[in-house]
Amino acid sequence: MHTTSAVSAAHGEHHDEHHGHHKETFITKYIFSQDHKTIAKQFLITGIVWAFIGGLFSVLFRLQLGYPDTKFPILETLFGHWAAGGQITPEFYYALVTMHGTVLVFFVLTAGLSGTFANLLIPLQIGARDMASPFLNMLSYWFFFGASIVMLSSLFIQTGPAAGGWTIYPPLSALGEASIGSKAGMDMWLIGMALFIVSSLLGGLNYISTILNMRTKGMSMTRLPLPIWAMFFTAVLGVLSFPVLLSGAILLLFDRNLGTSFFLSDIVVNGQVLPNEGGSAILFQHLFWFLGHPEVYIILLPAMGMVSEILSVNSRKPIFGYMAMLGSMFAICILAFLVWAHHMFVTGLNPFLGSVFVLLTLLIAVPSAIKVFNWLTTLWRGNIRFTPAALFSIGFVSLFISGGLTGIFLGNSTIDIHLHDTMFVVAHFHIVMGVASFFGMFAGVYHWYPKMFGRYLNNTLGYIHFWVTMIGAYLIFWPMHYEGLAGMPRRYLDKRGWVSFSQFGDLDKMITVVTVIVFAVQLLFIFNFFYSIFKGRKVTTQNPWGANTLEWTTPIRPGHGNWAGEIPEVHRWPYDYAKDGRDFIPQTEPVGANESAH
Amino acid sequence: MQSFFVIAILVLGFVVMFQIAKASEYVGILRGEEKSRKQSNRVNAFLLLVFLILGLIGVYYCNEQLKDKILGPSASDHGILVDRMLYITLALTGVVFFATQIALFWFSFKYQESDKRKAFYYPHNNKLELIWTVIPAITLTILVGFGIFYWFKITGDAPKNAMVVEVTGKQFGWEFRYPGNDGVLGKKYYKNIDAAKNNPVGQIWDDEANKDDIFVEQEMHVVVNKPVKLVIGAKDVIHDVGLAHFRMKMDAVPGTPTTMWFTPLYTTKQMQDKYGKDFAYEISCDQMCGKGHWSMRGVIVVDTQEEFDAWIAGKKPQYYVAFPDKDPSAPKADSLAKPAPVVASLTTDK
Repeated sequence: MHTTSAVSAAHGEHHDEHHGHHKETFITKYIFSQDHKTIAKQFLITGIVWAFIGGLFSVLFRLQLGYPDTKFPILETLFGHWAAGGQITPEFYYALVTMHGTVLVFFVLTAGLSGTFANLLIPLQIGARDMASPFLNMLSYWFFFGASIVMLSSLFIQTGPAAGGWTIYPPLSALGEASIGSKAGMDMWLIGMALFIVSSLLGGLNYISTILNMRTKGMSMTRLPLPIWAMFFTAVLGVLSFPVLLSGAILLLFDRNLGTSFFLSDIVVNGQVLPNEGGSAILFQHLFWFLGHPEVYIILLPAMGMVSEILSVNSRKPIFGYMAMLGSMFAICILAFLVWAHHMFVTGLNPFLGSVFVLLTLLIAVPSAIKVFNWLTTLWRGNIRFTPAALFSIGFVSLFISGGLTGIFLGNSTIDIHLHDTMFVVAHFHIVMGVASFFGMFAGVYHWYPKMFGRYLNNTLGYIHFWVTMIGAYLIFWPMHYEGLAGMPRRYLDKRGWVSFSQFGDLDKMITVVTVIVFAVQLLFIFNFFYSIFKGRKVTTQNPWGANTLEWTTPIRPGHGNWAGEIPEVHRWPYDYAKDGRDFIPQTEPVGANESAH
Repeated sequence: MQSFFVIAILVLGFVVMFQIAKASEYVGILRGEEKSRKQSNRVNAFLLLVFLILGLIGVYYCNEQLKDKILGPSASDHGILVDRMLYITLALTGVVFFATQIALFWFSFKYQESDKRKAFYYPHNNKLELIWTVIPAITLTILVGFGIFYWFKITGDAPKNAMVVEVTGKQFGWEFRYPGNDGVLGKKYYKNIDAAKNNPVGQIWDDEANKDDIFVEQEMHVVVNKPVKLVIGAKDVIHDVGLAHFRMKMDAVPGTPTTMWFTPLYTTKQMQDKYGKDFAYEISCDQMCGKGHWSMRGVIVVDTQEEFDAWIAGKKPQYYVAFPDKDPSAPKADSLAKPAPVVASLTTDK
């Protein structure tokens, strides 16, 4: 510990010296910046742009789902032959759902969430001047930016973007003959994802080494705030699982362009007999889900960490069971690697293997339950302030409970036989992974916005944003479970030709209307976000929420290097709220002689 | 024009909301930030309670509205196990759902900020944490136990007397092959697939077992109360045989055959009497397979044994469709003059 702090102190001195000599230009300050706070903002703003695009896609395909027999001439004006006659064509529909999933899972809830808050919070909360490698950190953003450009360009090519679902299972994704979305758009998808994975690996390695090596004096691992632990586990998951997807993506590129047969065997497509024999389409699913399932926790853990912090700060109480929270995150992190095949119960998987995955999958419910009970106990007998961040955190817990419990249905292979790939799955993962993580992200934005921009977001707009989104999320996804119980498959753009699934027409209309409203309110949030950067209420105190963690000991708008003088020393854990009759005791305060032990 | 109005209304709504938000910020500053903060705290605490109550009513209302729209009781023996597992899980998770959601919103409301109360310093309690580790663990053990027990029943070997049907998915439809009188599906090889030569699944005509195999499209017949084993494959991309009424599902993967078996409990006619004459056991493709995925519909007709026998008797083996000249039942001009033995010619054509 001693050496670590010596190193970071030396780094700091060097840095200040450096700072004095060179005046930063616009380009080094805002574009090719190596300051972790600026990189965090870059990730956040790029994430918001992607969230807008991905959300817009969902509005478009919800129009089709809710109103399959209505023509919207404006769609034809905007999208030409993709929406011929004012109706979304099947090709366009599948491109939309594919890109909606890809964009939101990877570009928003992985890069936008981890990229923003790991970058912002790790140095600030552990007491470091910057990341272990600011340069790699900058590269991480620019690889993400490159990935974004490639993915965005794929929307504008003649054959359209990838359209095989965000899970891009071959052979569909491997054969241009099988789907228009598997032509050039698919190559761009794979290249975009390869760049994305490089970005996430550079980021992840940086987060891990920064957390391990650059903590300030006194900041032992068990004194780390929970968001940092969450980011740590997230980074470990990402570093160990993303390379597997990269290998899958590269093998798929080979199959597509170089005539290999990793995933192809015995195929006759459009009457044309392909020579490929001996490959396994299921192999790709193993590679995909070996990342794909940890990915769910890559998305969820940062939200969990931030929610833990925000609930503790705003209930003015220590987080209940800090060590149990750590233990459960650790357990989730380990189990995340051992459950991937629960996405594959009906692929012809060996039933014995299936039963092992049932056991391991349902085991995850135990650490998840511990976390929920700990959050509830944190609220219990607190003195809760309902800032927008706190409300979103409470919303997160509610959604996590609802979506987590439906996971117990799907993780049990017996029930999964019926529910697999139905709307029940869509409802489940949107609640637990999509909306819940979004709530964690919103909570983080509302809570740390003052640190990022030195101003507050407008509270009233924040409350409107929260309530409409919360009610809307449940209205959209709760009834969707029933469609799944009826066996209605996912990704059906028109159910009127079916006897078994056509009974939900009115429900689909309702869901579409609510989707449009919820999307409109997100625009309000985006407006609030950008407006408040320039015109928001100014932050006047160093520690507006009365929080214990180190980021609130920096200046209101910290410069490059974060602390003007020495990095403060840490003497206690970050959750001494309501202790010994005091509202809060910052981590920097030495433990008093008469203070009770926790 | 309509979309113009919609956009105009949206923009107007935005402006109004923004003005309200801006005004409330100023009012807050005028009234004292602390005072207005406490007021909005009370409002939000109350709204959380309202949300809980309306949410619980909503859950009930939603169930009332939709419970009759989900499919009725399972139409297969395995499906009964699936449904039972579903209800066991629903009962256990339902208790947890209501208990935790009520606690969450009730605590939020009850412990809203108040000058009269100080937060309670309560960092951990090992006993409590042990309790809520052990109880979920026990609950999940029960669920895993039931789940695996049923899972092995459903995925176990099909009974010896099961009827075998081969199902092949393709963009965008279903093909079925019955093994014929010998009860054996003949061998096939994908490179033999040729629709023009009437060999849609690539049967190897050399194989004797192929001679009586019957091929049909889109509509499959099975027998009530008789186990049926599906041997499932695909030609082009991955499809999935989804049988919602039977609660069964299995992927159709090119190059890797899969199987599933079940016993239908009600004939299509029985179900039509119950649910109306439009009723059909539908096969849905449950794995994204391209632009026609949403319309990839097949039908299973569950017959009585007599009905099934009559239906299959009317079908000609695919071998005779591919080689009409070999069909003994087809009257031919030269069939009497040149009675070529079927077996002899087999080795020559491929």
